[in-house]
Amino acid sequence: MTIKSKGLMALLLVLALSACSDKVVKPQSGEQGALINSGAENSAYDGGTDLLVETVAIGQGMDQVTELMQSDTFSNPNSPLSKRVIYFEYDSSNVKAEFVPVVEAHAVYLVNNPNQAITLEGHSDERGTREYNIALAEQRAKSVFNMLQVLGVMSHQVDVVSYGEEKPEAMGSDEAAFQLNRRVEVVYK
Amino acid sequence: MNSFKQLVSLLLVLNSVLYVNTLRAELIIDITEGIQSTHKIAIVPFAMHAAASDKEMEVISQIISADLRGSGDFSVLAKDEMLSAPTQAEQVKYRHWAVTGQDYLVIGSILKQGKLYKIKMSLFDVVKKQQINELLINVESSSLRKAGHYLSDAIYKTIMGINGVFSSRIAYVTSSELANKKKQYSLFVSDYDGHNAVAITKSNEPLMSPAWSPNGLHVAYVSFENKVSEIFVQTLSTGSRRSVAKFKGVNGSPAWSPDGKKLAITLSKSGNSDIFILTLANASVKQLTRSWAIDTEASWSPDGDSILFTSNRGRGAQLYIMPSNGKGTAERLTFEGDYNARGSFSKDGKRVVMIQAEKGNYRVAVLDVEKQQTTILSEGRADESPSFSPNGQVIIYARRKAGKEILSLVSVDGLKKQDIKSSSGFVREPAWAPKAK
Repeated sequence: MTIKSKGLMALLLVLALSACSDKVVKPQSGEQGALINSGAENSAYDGGTDLLVETVAIGQGMDQVTELMQSDTFSNPNSPLSKRVIYFEYDSSNVKAEFVPVVEAHAVYLVNNPNQAITLEGHSDERGTREYNIALAEQRAKSVFNMLQVLGVMSHQVDVVSYGEEKPEAMGSDEAAFQLNRRVEVVYK
Repeated sequence: MNSFKQLVSLLLVLNSVLYVNTLRAELIIDITEGIQSTHKIAIVPFAMHAAASDKEMEVISQIISADLRGSGDFSVLAKDEMLSAPTQAEQVKYRHWAVTGQDYLVIGSILKQGKLYKIKMSLFDVVKKQQINELLINVESSSLRKAGHYLSDAIYKTIMGINGVFSSRIAYVTSSELANKKKQYSLFVSDYDGHNAVAITKSNEPLMSPAWSPNGLHVAYVSFENKVSEIFVQTLSTGSRRSVAKFKGVNGSPAWSPDGKKLAITLSKSGNSDIFILTLANASVKQLTRSWAIDTEASWSPDGDSILFTSNRGRGAQLYIMPSNGKGTAERLTFEGDYNARGSFSKDGKRVVMIQAEKGNYRVAVLDVEKQQTTILSEGRADESPSFSPNGQVIIYARRKAGKEILSLVSVDGLKKQDIKSSSGFVREPAWAPKAK
């Protein structure tokens, strides 16, 4: 990596963070990385920051700079935007206090980027009936949606889809797996 | 002979059923526990006449044996324990069957004429020393399995006094992982014993909640193939289908009205999950429940007057019932257990089968509606999707076993249990088809 590109990256990081909430959530344990990659349908998630920086450093215009900013903002573990999974208690759709800063960070980003859209994917653990879990997981996603709206995000920026228990993150029938499966994933489009 | 002609036409109709593709994943019924057979029966291999192959000759008596044994109501005499092998009524020596303790005897013959197989079956009461039923049916080669199930039904009805389930079909969903790590979801329709399995639709996104139309000609289901939930109605004979609900939010839990003209469905377009009634002819939807809570998993009473559904409007999920015309309030039906969901009525309306949770274990339970008594029928931790057989005697459901999802059968008294083995690791959401008319 060249000094020039490092400098650009640092600048962009500052820019990105200044656009965010001042509540910075510390990165959590090692499992976090796996969780982030899991929801990745968007290439901006996959942590190829160095390569992107080299490309952009050659100078290809503002679109790519914006892309870099997103890429770095989302993959830098110091950024609250790197957290895109919100976990829930059993049979509950209340956003727990520890995840409020995560939702707030996404809200700030979306307010500052009104053309950016996301999908909130609701999920549940395997316990209970499948269609009830579809309804429950949708309530979870809508809890996050409502919080985003209160924070100024426009409703056209957010789609909600519930998969219930159909797309578990973790296999297994123990509480450790259940905890990882009761979730809402924030998927940037 | 009228019923005989009806049967032939029935079999020809069944035979002409086409599906969109022929991917197979056969399930095999595996008796696991608790069988207390009440009747002893001997089924002599049918006699073969004129150019029927050994395989064709064997298939009929094998199917009858498997059906009756699988029902849990019969133990079937092994072939090498038979003292004689009669193929006509005149050859039957009752003492040969009485000495091995048999209650009933089945003999028969197959005559091949052109493309048709003429199958004759006779049923004898060994104790009373008399013939109690005789049937003659004509089928094409491809319908031999159906013919076998039909004869099983006739034997079962004669002896047990109620209809068998042997000619019935089931629908179920499988999921597997492809080489490219993508998921493959398939919705299958098969005979009740897993044979003749055909995938009627496939998707890389989840498929859910198959529901049979009352006439057995259509299946409604939920597909996420367009990355949102959507309800389709598919006609089995042609494979053609149409989207009937694709509203913003949840589109789920389709349930056919007894007259086949409406679907009760779950939509969240009003804000959260509520029950709606969709009239298929004009695609109109009418909102039935209006609560802040989750309302889902609707099911019709047999007379069509009431809708049973799951709601968490009280504390936790419970079953509620309300008039299907929307005129009246919802009343709570279940009071035992922490969680009661996905209820559906038996055909006579006397029982409701559902999932009940107690101390974190989700199990199949049957509620006697009049007596308000609940019986828990399964022993799993995450049992799901119970569905009554057409005769109301058996319940098929999905359970987890050794990290896999399998289908299982349990009698309504809970005494007879069978697992259904599958070549697919994840089989779920069984739905038993109504009896074909």
